[in-house]
Amino acid sequence: MFLLYADKPLPEPGTDEARQLLEAWGSATSEMAEAGVLIDCGPLQPPSVSTTVSVRDGEALFTDGPAAEIKEHFGGFTLVECADLDEALKWAARVPTASHGRVEVRPVIQVGAPAEQPAG
Amino acid sequence: MTRQVGDLTVAEDAVQDACAAALAQWPAQGTPASPCAWLIGTARHKALDRVRRDRRRADKEAEAVRETTPPHSASPDPAAPPNADGWAAGTDDELALIFTCCHPALDPAARVALTLRAVCGLTTAEIAAAFLVPEATMAQRLVRAKRKIRQAGIAFRVPDPADLPARLGAVLRVVYLVFTEGHLAAGGGALIRDELCDQAIRLARALAALLPGEPEVTGLLALLLLTDARRGARTGPDGDLVLLADQDRSQWDRAMIAEGEELVEQALRRSRPGPYQIQAAIAACHSGVRSAEATDWREIALLYGELIRYEPTPMVEANRAVAVAMSEGPAAGLVILDAVGRDPRLARWPQLHIARAELLRQLGRRADATAAYRAAIALEPPAPERAFLARRISELA
Repeated sequence: MFLLYADKPLPEPGTDEARQLLEAWGSATSEMAEAGVLIDCGPLQPPSVSTTVSVRDGEALFTDGPAAEIKEHFGGFTLVECADLDEALKWAARVPTASHGRVEVRPVIQVGAPAEQPAG
Repeated sequence: MTRQVGDLTVAEDAVQDACAAALAQWPAQGTPASPCAWLIGTARHKALDRVRRDRRRADKEAEAVRETTPPHSASPDPAAPPNADGWAAGTDDELALIFTCCHPALDPAARVALTLRAVCGLTTAEIAAAFLVPEATMAQRLVRAKRKIRQAGIAFRVPDPADLPARLGAVLRVVYLVFTEGHLAAGGGALIRDELCDQAIRLARALAALLPGEPEVTGLLALLLLTDARRGARTGPDGDLVLLADQDRSQWDRAMIAEGEELVEQALRRSRPGPYQIQAAIAACHSGVRSAEATDWREIALLYGELIRYEPTPMVEANRAVAVAMSEGPAAGLVILDAVGRDPRLARWPQLHIARAELLRQLGRRADATAAYRAAIALEPPAPERAFLARRISELA
């Protein structure tokens, strides 16, 4: 899983900057798709739209905004299936976010479907 | 297993080595059809390596005892023979293991420790002693690194040719750090430090055999050989450090120097220079002359000027200043040294103040020299250096 940390908000739709970014993403994702590694993508709305949920003592608390106030914000994810870390790192470097923000590469824990788990 | 090798401790260590290899190998290649058979097979190989290594160490110790009696016994060179020491010229698996242990996704300190454990076969206790950390801390560091290899999916293989230059840099850095830890470290005991130097040279040899077309690999091996050739002359009878200029050059290992010099030339002929080749060329400037007075400091100053292009650090510039002072006089060196001295990274480096003090003394600026010696002492250098500085100050008073 590539966790995408952006250092600035997405550009306004319709601007040159937005078109360029869209093109860069388009070519990166289609390369990953053609290579057969791409599983899913999840670009996110800006952090100003987010709500943070925490459950304490059985009570759900909702807070406006992201979980932590930091300069960079979590901007989305790209899920790929690679043979090993080297291949994943190569693709992560190809993601546009890597050029201005940061991309964290972290393996997903394989969890079996509920039906496969022994009855409790 | 134990019956075959005949030594329970050796067998236990070998199984640990095999497990380390398995941890690195299985995630990429899948669990072998019979993990047990694979483990026993690998453990047997590792045990044989270790037995050879221990036998060699015993020979070395016996030799050290012999050397204390006759003054000039012709002793065989312990680090030179590439194939007689059981490490052989290496295999592709060996190379893959080195690249896995030195993967840039691992913490740099863990890369060094993991290489010493899984590739060189040192015990966790030995590595902990070498790096002056508690054994539990070192064990933890190794466990964490192995877990990262497994869970992050770091592959057990030699990188593709396109990635090789970048990945090779990390591997050479680890070999270099293993050597400097043995060569420079103050603690850990002489035996373990010698072992680190030997292991670094063995690693460099294996890499050079497996990657003969990479001049930086050859350059690193040359640098280590030329530096290690001075081992016998680097410490005085009471264990004190002897400076390069004051070393008894007849104690330098001529066979190692000849090999190192040949390798530097071989590497430089490929016209793809790099920091290790340049440092080896600097080392060759020292090893190639019979007395300190005959040193070609102008050449050394030029080489440091080249090295700065690859390693733009104030330490390299300070070394160039000293070489310039030796070839063009103390005033020229002092100009460079005063310029680098403004770099905050050097503020806590006693060698800078010592070098300045020496140049000021040569220029007859006694008060300034004394102040610089005092600044060096204030940074609490090791005891032998402190004694030297105190002597200088009293001479100037």
